[in-house]
Amino acid sequence: MAWTRKILRVDLTNGTCKSEPLNMKLAQEYLGQRGLATKYFVDEVDPKVDPLSPANKLIMATGPLTGTPASTGGRYSVITKGALTGAIACSNSGGYFGAEMKFAGWDMIIFEGKSPKPVYLSVEDDKAELRDASHLWGKTVWQTEEIIKKSHQDPQVRVCSIGRSGENGVLYACIVNDLHRAAGRSGVGTVMGSKNLKAVALRGTRGVAGMKDAKAFMKAATAAKQVLKDNAVTGQGLPAFGTQVLMNVINEMGALPTRNHRDVQFESARKISAEAMAEKRPTDGKSNLVTNAACFGCTIACGRVSKIDATHFSVVNKPEYWGATGGLEYEAAWALGAANGVGDLEALTFANMICNEDGYDPISFGATVGAAMELYDLGILTKEQIGMDAPFGSAEALCKLAEMTARGEGFGKELGLGSKRLCAKYGKPELSMSVKGQEFPAYDSRGIQGMGLTYATSNRGACHLRSYTVASEVLGIPVKTDPLVTEGKADLVKAFQDATSVFDSAGVCVFTTFAWTLADLQPQLDAACEGDWTMEKLALVGERIWNMERQFNNAAGFTAKDDDLPPRLKTEPAKTGPAKGLVSGIDKMRPEYYKVRGWDANGVPTKETLSRLGL
Amino acid sequence: MKVALKLYATLSDYLPAEARQTNRLDLEVEPGTTPAMMIERYALPQKLCHLVLIDGVFVPPGMRATRTLEEGEVLAIWPPVAGG
Repeated sequence: MAWTRKILRVDLTNGTCKSEPLNMKLAQEYLGQRGLATKYFVDEVDPKVDPLSPANKLIMATGPLTGTPASTGGRYSVITKGALTGAIACSNSGGYFGAEMKFAGWDMIIFEGKSPKPVYLSVEDDKAELRDASHLWGKTVWQTEEIIKKSHQDPQVRVCSIGRSGENGVLYACIVNDLHRAAGRSGVGTVMGSKNLKAVALRGTRGVAGMKDAKAFMKAATAAKQVLKDNAVTGQGLPAFGTQVLMNVINEMGALPTRNHRDVQFESARKISAEAMAEKRPTDGKSNLVTNAACFGCTIACGRVSKIDATHFSVVNKPEYWGATGGLEYEAAWALGAANGVGDLEALTFANMICNEDGYDPISFGATVGAAMELYDLGILTKEQIGMDAPFGSAEALCKLAEMTARGEGFGKELGLGSKRLCAKYGKPELSMSVKGQEFPAYDSRGIQGMGLTYATSNRGACHLRSYTVASEVLGIPVKTDPLVTEGKADLVKAFQDATSVFDSAGVCVFTTFAWTLADLQPQLDAACEGDWTMEKLALVGERIWNMERQFNNAAGFTAKDDDLPPRLKTEPAKTGPAKGLVSGIDKMRPEYYKVRGWDANGVPTKETLSRLGL
Repeated sequence: MKVALKLYATLSDYLPAEARQTNRLDLEVEPGTTPAMMIERYALPQKLCHLVLIDGVFVPPGMRATRTLEEGEVLAIWPPVAGG
């Protein structure tokens, strides 16, 4: 069975762990992971709930292909109401934790209530118990994992945890597993911290058995792996250069948000790119990039492993940071770099390590630093308030602020609230580059118009991973579209959103979609999962998930006004590059999108749409 | 006339050594030079010339032999790449 058919329900208030059967009727309608866990969540949680109250729940969920031999089949997601956004949150992570959950025999773990004292959940196959975590509170992610593995006397225990940022109320805290893979966005780690839940330690020994048709599954999985291997992007480009190869592409296209979106091209983009990571440094003759790495079952291996320059100012006399560790991905490099005008690759590497070590989202952190630097530039924030000079481009400020945010010190506490709250506090709410309170990723909506609609309508706040139209608008996958026009983008965004909902619910990585379409995923799901999983059914499941998330947000109080971009992107034209003179066409695309979605003018799904989707 | 050629990722290897640190080569070319002519001149494998931009604007495969470079333009080429 692709599903284990078991859920672990953990009542943190009363300290109990109970097994219950998975609702297989819902599994047929929502597949798994993002879709199925969100269905459980919206059925059990009041949309108006305070994200940081005990009444909010947090679900860690695998997909039916998690733990199987399907390529990239190691994913799990965390579903909750986001601390940063107040919207539905679903953060997806790789590494090895998700597969281990499946091996232990669980499809998902539902956490409810709040523990009276710090605890962690220990799971060894069927045996699940809450254990005291007083000795772990105040520890970093890296320390926590090491201590748990030692105390369990088992190096193969898989751990996810929050760092100090999740304890200190940083609203974009992550849940980090396997040291540097993270359920990264929307503050899912903050919710975990609010429940006094420090970590989850998993050990599973069962593997995944009972496929509907094991032979057919292996045949389909093998064929799909060949597609990934033969594809130039997933077979060669991503393993060699990682996502960071986009830095120069997006800069050349004039869509690299720079200095809090004041500019769309960064003069130092090359210095922080994949090409720069692979070059030998003049200081020590070694490159920043050590090697690539793969998550469980992945045949792409896009991950970066880096070593920082030990002579860099950020790590002088800090040998604990000199070893090989998770390196810069494109989003982190952009947010910590171009968004602040910082062109120092080693400084970005350090700040990224701090984000991993103490578990907070480098996108929201970096973008919030960018907003603070603009407030400093305008004279609204002073050296005394920040605790240092913080002009655009200051690598020193970036590194110090990263450490202060991790520890909840000084101005770091204000940065930890995100750009929306920071800019509002200092009377410039328009300077927060965010949607629904969540900061933009690394694509400017003026130079890639479809991404503006993607951000505005993303159910978890601004996000590139809900509909990555960059694939089409920039890279020509599956077909090339013009990034500078709004025509056709409503249909494009809907198609990407619905398909991505399926991939996120299956247990595989969305990066497979650079080579796979639903037609490559469908035979794997159909062979693995009981029931009849046709292309038509999968398309319907994807659209159903998207609308379910939308309904939760609408009930939580979001309206069409929240499907919008900051005024800068609608009134300040791009200054350079192909998009010079352009602003975002979001106001034109939004009503077209609502129509394509079958929603009314207020962004509410019509009765006909809900009926068609079985909602 | 002066133009610039930028080659990235694995295509960087096709640049002279001194240009690899910047991925950029400034050149004098004859008027009428097209991306296809540049690709041939630098012996770039056709299948690696996936993303071809002139001043950041995509040049479809069907126009690479007809779109001529103008004074000061930048031709940038990548193999198949993606990110997220």
